[in-house]
Amino acid sequence: MTNNRLGYRIGRWIVIALLILGGVAMIFPIFWLISTSLRPAPELLLVPPKLLPIHWTFDNYAKAMASAPLLLYMWNSTQFAVVSTVFILLTSTVAGYIFAKFRFPGNNFLFILVLATAIVPFEIYMVPLFLQVNALKLVNTQIGLFLPFLVLSYGIFFMRQNTKTSVPDELLDAARIDGMSEWGIMLRLVPRLLAPAISALAILAFIQAWTAFIWPLLILNKPSLFPMELGLSQFANTRVDFGLTSAAAVIAMLPTLIAFLILRRRIVEGVTLTGLKG
Amino acid sequence: MNSPLAAVRAVPRRTWLRYRFVFLVLAPVMALFFYVRILPTGQAVVMSFFKWELIKPAEQFVGLDNYANLLKDDNFRLAFFNTTIFAFFTTIISVALALLLAALLARAVGGRLGGALELLYFAPVLVSMVPVTLGWREIFNYNNGILNAGLGAIGIGKQPWLSDPTMALIAVIILSVWKQLGYNMIILIVGMRAIPRIFHEAAAVDGASAWQQFRHITMPLLAPVLLFVIVITTISSYNVFTQVYVLASDVQGAPGRLVRVIVYDIFENGFRFFNMGYAAAEAVYLFLIVIVLTIIQFRFLRGSDQ
Repeated sequence: MTNNRLGYRIGRWIVIALLILGGVAMIFPIFWLISTSLRPAPELLLVPPKLLPIHWTFDNYAKAMASAPLLLYMWNSTQFAVVSTVFILLTSTVAGYIFAKFRFPGNNFLFILVLATAIVPFEIYMVPLFLQVNALKLVNTQIGLFLPFLVLSYGIFFMRQNTKTSVPDELLDAARIDGMSEWGIMLRLVPRLLAPAISALAILAFIQAWTAFIWPLLILNKPSLFPMELGLSQFANTRVDFGLTSAAAVIAMLPTLIAFLILRRRIVEGVTLTGLKG
Repeated sequence: MNSPLAAVRAVPRRTWLRYRFVFLVLAPVMALFFYVRILPTGQAVVMSFFKWELIKPAEQFVGLDNYANLLKDDNFRLAFFNTTIFAFFTTIISVALALLLAALLARAVGGRLGGALELLYFAPVLVSMVPVTLGWREIFNYNNGILNAGLGAIGIGKQPWLSDPTMALIAVIILSVWKQLGYNMIILIVGMRAIPRIFHEAAAVDGASAWQQFRHITMPLLAPVLLFVIVITTISSYNVFTQVYVLASDVQGAPGRLVRVIVYDIFENGFRFFNMGYAAAEAVYLFLIVIVLTIIQFRFLRGSDQ
């Protein structure tokens, strides 16, 4: 009996130790990036490489920022992500609300259309989309970049689901009887009821735009318009010095890491809410 | 009284106002949606039947030629092969590991340590792909990389991670599993926590071991969530591009076309060779593959009941 308990406890500690080891391994590439970025150039060639720099230096950061407009890239990414998130929240919430709470001819048909496109991955329609944007002469423009990111099929589906479960018809009727206009209901009352869903969708939309790579790669070749992901990859293409590249990479990761440290719970909740409610 | 005008007049004013509201709200959203989603998707199918270069007048209907030529195209075959191997291993490994982690973290390790570990495993998911891929590129570096240093220390020789096509594929799989694992794990944890404890407790009273509980209670009830995780990992693996582009393509000056995947092939056909109709046909193939796999997975995993 005692043997069993002891065996169980040792087993438990071993499992915990392995889990922690695994967790360290998960973090390691990020740690390595940061560590390398703080190394002076000669240390990069050390074989075998050392875990931590012998001489710490911020030179790489200075050089990286001097040799490419990294902060501009960051600003571009920020504009892109904010605009995309706002539009996706707006379009998804109102469309989801209309689909969920209004009866009109074509409701089912249009919604099925939305659903059908929700399962088609971007990579499938990116070629014709490029041609369309090209025909509008919007290649290499900010608008051209933003365009496909202003709506999200899954967003409409998600908000419709949430509206059905969180917005009671009785409340809407009561508001109408009280004299509230349809617009007032839609833009003031409903969002208040859907706050958690909205914040989950906001996180999804923001991450999607922030980490977008393929579309910016297709539509932009003017460096002044590059978002961070694209800018960083082009930066790395033309430079051999990994100290420099890793400094740029850390700069790119910084906002995400800081946001993650501050908003941890929110982000994880948002991810699971959008992942499972569908 | 059967004219359309009579029908319009017969609609009550409230309903008419309601329709007008719906239209005003939905029309702009649907218009945008139509333009950036429906139209290009339809166009992709239409274009696939044409020889379509960037210069307009060169469109030429070729029926199923693009589809037939793709099947004979060595690049496409290689891309299909690589992508399938990639998707298969990435999905199996990341889902299996995620399941293991979820099982341990959902119940066995609780509290602050469990929460901290969850975040550690989830961190790679949030960080964007390009920076971490660059980090892994250095870890895989033949001479200076820490991975080879470690392998050298334990006696296995240095591996040509990024200069051998097979090793490069393995490298991309490792990177992708690393990135995807935390997401799968979190979803599975939520799924597991949703299973009422009472089932496990009742089984424990009846003498079931932890493993038996897992196999006969947790797994069947977790099946839909598990299916979801498998399907989304498979689909996103088939659409892999960014990490391959940064880690293992000829853009980096590496020996050309190291790990050719389908999306990269579409990208090259469409935007390097300007064979847009051909690229569109390839995209349609990709879509069909993904649909078929999803259906198979649904059938296979729905039908297996313990």
